[in-house]
Amino acid sequence: MALRRQIRVGSQWMYADEAHKALREALRVMKDEEHGEHGGHHQPWIRRYVFSTDHKWIGIQYGFTALLFLLLGFCLMILMRLQLGWPGQAFNIMKVLGESRAPGGVLLPEAYNQLGAMHGTIMIFLGIVPLAVGAFGNYLVPLQIGAPDMAFPKLNMASYWCYLPGGLIMLASFFAPGGTAQSGWTSYPPLSVIATQGQTWWLIGMVFLITSSLLGSVNFIVTIIQLRAKGLSYMRFPFFVHAQFVTSFLLLLAFPPLEAAAVLQLMDRVAGTSFFLPSGLVVSGQALTNAGGGNPLLWQHLFWFLAHPEVYVLILPAMGIVAEIIANNTRKPLWGYKSMVFATVFLGFMSFVVWAHHMFLTGMGTTISAFFQTTTMIISIPSVIILSSLFISLWGGAIRFTTPMLFALAFLPMFGIGGLTGLPLGLAAADIHLHDTYYVIGHFHYVVAPGTIFAMFAGIYYWFPKATGRKLNDFWGRVHFWVSFVCINGIFFPMFAQGLAGVSRRLYDGGMQYAHAKQIASQTNPFMSICAVGLLVAQVPFIFNFFYNAIAAALGHRDEGLGSNPWEATTLEWAATTSPPLAHGNFEVLPVVYRGPYEYSVPGETVEFIPQHLPPSEPAPRGGVLLPATAVAMREN
Amino acid sequence: MTDPAAAVEPGVDVHEHAGVGDPNAHHHSPEQIRKEMRVYLTVFIGLAILTAVTVGACYGLKLPVHTAILVALIIASIKGFLVAGFFMHLLSEKKVIYGVLILTVIFFIFLMLLPISHHANPFGS
Amino acid sequence: MDAHASVGHAELEIPYNVHPRPDTGVYNGKLGVWLFLASEVMLFGALFSSLILLRTGADSWPRGYEMLNVPLATFNTFILILSSVTVVMAWSHLRLGNLKLGRIYISVTILCALVFLVNKGFEYAHEFREGRFPKTNNFLGIYFTMTGLHGLHILGGVIVFLYFLGPGAKMWAKEPERYTNRIEIVGLYWHFVDLVWIFLFPILYLM
Repeated sequence: MALRRQIRVGSQWMYADEAHKALREALRVMKDEEHGEHGGHHQPWIRRYVFSTDHKWIGIQYGFTALLFLLLGFCLMILMRLQLGWPGQAFNIMKVLGESRAPGGVLLPEAYNQLGAMHGTIMIFLGIVPLAVGAFGNYLVPLQIGAPDMAFPKLNMASYWCYLPGGLIMLASFFAPGGTAQSGWTSYPPLSVIATQGQTWWLIGMVFLITSSLLGSVNFIVTIIQLRAKGLSYMRFPFFVHAQFVTSFLLLLAFPPLEAAAVLQLMDRVAGTSFFLPSGLVVSGQALTNAGGGNPLLWQHLFWFLAHPEVYVLILPAMGIVAEIIANNTRKPLWGYKSMVFATVFLGFMSFVVWAHHMFLTGMGTTISAFFQTTTMIISIPSVIILSSLFISLWGGAIRFTTPMLFALAFLPMFGIGGLTGLPLGLAAADIHLHDTYYVIGHFHYVVAPGTIFAMFAGIYYWFPKATGRKLNDFWGRVHFWVSFVCINGIFFPMFAQGLAGVSRRLYDGGMQYAHAKQIASQTNPFMSICAVGLLVAQVPFIFNFFYNAIAAALGHRDEGLGSNPWEATTLEWAATTSPPLAHGNFEVLPVVYRGPYEYSVPGETVEFIPQHLPPSEPAPRGGVLLPATAVAMREN
Repeated sequence: MTDPAAAVEPGVDVHEHAGVGDPNAHHHSPEQIRKEMRVYLTVFIGLAILTAVTVGACYGLKLPVHTAILVALIIASIKGFLVAGFFMHLLSEKKVIYGVLILTVIFFIFLMLLPISHHANPFGS
Repeated sequence: MDAHASVGHAELEIPYNVHPRPDTGVYNGKLGVWLFLASEVMLFGALFSSLILLRTGADSWPRGYEMLNVPLATFNTFILILSSVTVVMAWSHLRLGNLKLGRIYISVTILCALVFLVNKGFEYAHEFREGRFPKTNNFLGIYFTMTGLHGLHILGGVIVFLYFLGPGAKMWAKEPERYTNRIEIVGLYWHFVDLVWIFLFPILYLM
């Protein structure tokens, strides 16, 4: 005999379905009242949707923009992989790059370099960081800490409106004479200093993007420290908040040296200085007329001083998302939460002292190399702690294989592969063989592509109902997952073999010009390119799923049966109403926190999960199975 | 209306260091503020003197390079301490600000080690 | 300060914007500006670090006074330190409730800043006339870059002070404490700009 669920409404016990009906009616009445009251208060469209100061809408702006940039970066990669799989072959699709870059549909080497540099730049700076921090961070952090908005809403708007122009400037660089930046995403001088005009646009775009990150990071840190709800001590944060907190410190303190370096490179390019140009440089048989005396390695040091913490910026929010989804879908608290938190802080700190492991082959002496090798080995420890804790968290859990959980579960071994393949790169001796080969490309793509991007997908499937009131279609979500998972491994796993065999990176023909690389290149590249196209195809159901449901939600077609907490989660964002209204704060009454973030299946309790903001409960009526309806409970408070 | 969260840890610290009161406490006596203003003027005079000394030593006396670097940096550090400690009232700030700054100083030191890590120990040494 | 989110108001109330949060002891803007200054420390720090790397790796490096106008820069240093005093005086008078004196001191601060910039303009013009450009050698390159970036920071400060002298002063009528806090925050930024010059001046001009 099935028990009919009962919930507590005010001082009474009601059957859940009846209570939900009554509540929906009450909410509808309230909404009408509000709209009547706010007839005069309605913000003009441009203030509400373009220059919004509401963190939720800014998060959505970041999300849409970043997803579009990710798609663009992906398309650039498809063009690259066509060239790599079948070097020198004409493709009709290449013609979209224009005659100067792909005459007759055959990609020129210079154009390949442009694609390479911009694929990296767009994916990292215009795609992942804005999505992980700008979108997920902005939307969720104030909700998860029980705040009405970010500490500085106008600054939040300013940071989005530095990001978008920066991104557009980067796109505009494609149309510069000579093409866009083509000296790698790393822009090493002297090549980048003597490069064509597009590189200057790249540098200016970077200044905008760095400013955007800076403003955002100040906002996040102040918000987390100052606006957390009463009772929300640091060790009661959802792990996602810890991840965003440390990430913000990395963005705050590591980006400025790159900004300084970008200014110096701009001076070299525009004002003729020689900060990065050594004396006696000869280009195409002609000696340069600059003063010289500069040092190309200065750029590398300044660049990697940022770019190493940057990779932790890429992974930490992803780990945060995966942690939330795992706790929720195993119906038990995270194992080793405290260790994970301390590991994250330690990771952030150590990330500042490992940068020169990207420079092992620049002529550093053995002492300095040994120093950076040691710190690099040490930094693998907190990563292992976090990943192991997530794995162990699965043990004994009542695992629900929801679509977000599929992506979150896949993250674990994928990040594992990415992390493990980092170890030989961090050892200076092994790096002699592997540096600047496809092994490196395989390593970092594993952490970022089936790593971070899968976590991003997991987050989108997980939090879509909170933002819109609709769930993404589950069947197509699973199709998206499985096809992506297979294809993505097909693209990146062979890269390790290629790298070990000595195939260098940034070769426009994928290695065919070198005798030692020819065989493995010709054996693996076409297969990898086919998998890349497969991966593109796998995104189609996701794109449809996402836009269909987003547009439906925008038109007001909510999934009425969903409720505000469809995943039965404990963290504070689920205590807010579905699709919390813009510019009106997040909670009618700011929540007070009484417990930790993952009170699932608490021994001795009669309820299956306890949201953070529910006060210690009174005894349940006999015979009833209680599932606190969080929206109702919120009314109580 | 006072914020219920204030009950978590009541009270705002009002501690006085070297004549400059806690800048975050929002109830200051006019006396205390005037006292602080006198401190600011004293510091200004100190800064002016130190500037004159630096210029006099390095430029006027034309000290050799390494001595000049040492003297100038030491005096600049003292001036910096005065500006940060008194004008920016860092001497009476809260722990959270100190925490942020200590972290920054540590990473700043790493940044300064950058040129050292470059020049010391080149390949083959 | 009411910590409840105001549903139904056009402007959202953010807690601890004016009064400090009890357990941290600071208000939001104070923490925010110190975080921003931390990032500025890393920005100028990177440039100082670059200067050291370039200088120690160079075959020859001129002494500052060989190429630059030390007396003018010394005068500028006094002016900037003076402007730091005036801004902290402005804040003190605002705390005493005296908007008029506060605005006078802010005006003096702006004046000092403009004098500094004008002097810098004279300096740069003189360098260019003597054929000394950023591209001439790395010493001049780093000199122009660092003083130029510093100058941009001064300009930014001037713009913000002008705003608070002008349209921003309306805030005093309704929320004097919030206005005073804003001046304190800009003041902290201003002192940092002064602090950078305190190191920049001897390093570029006197070594």
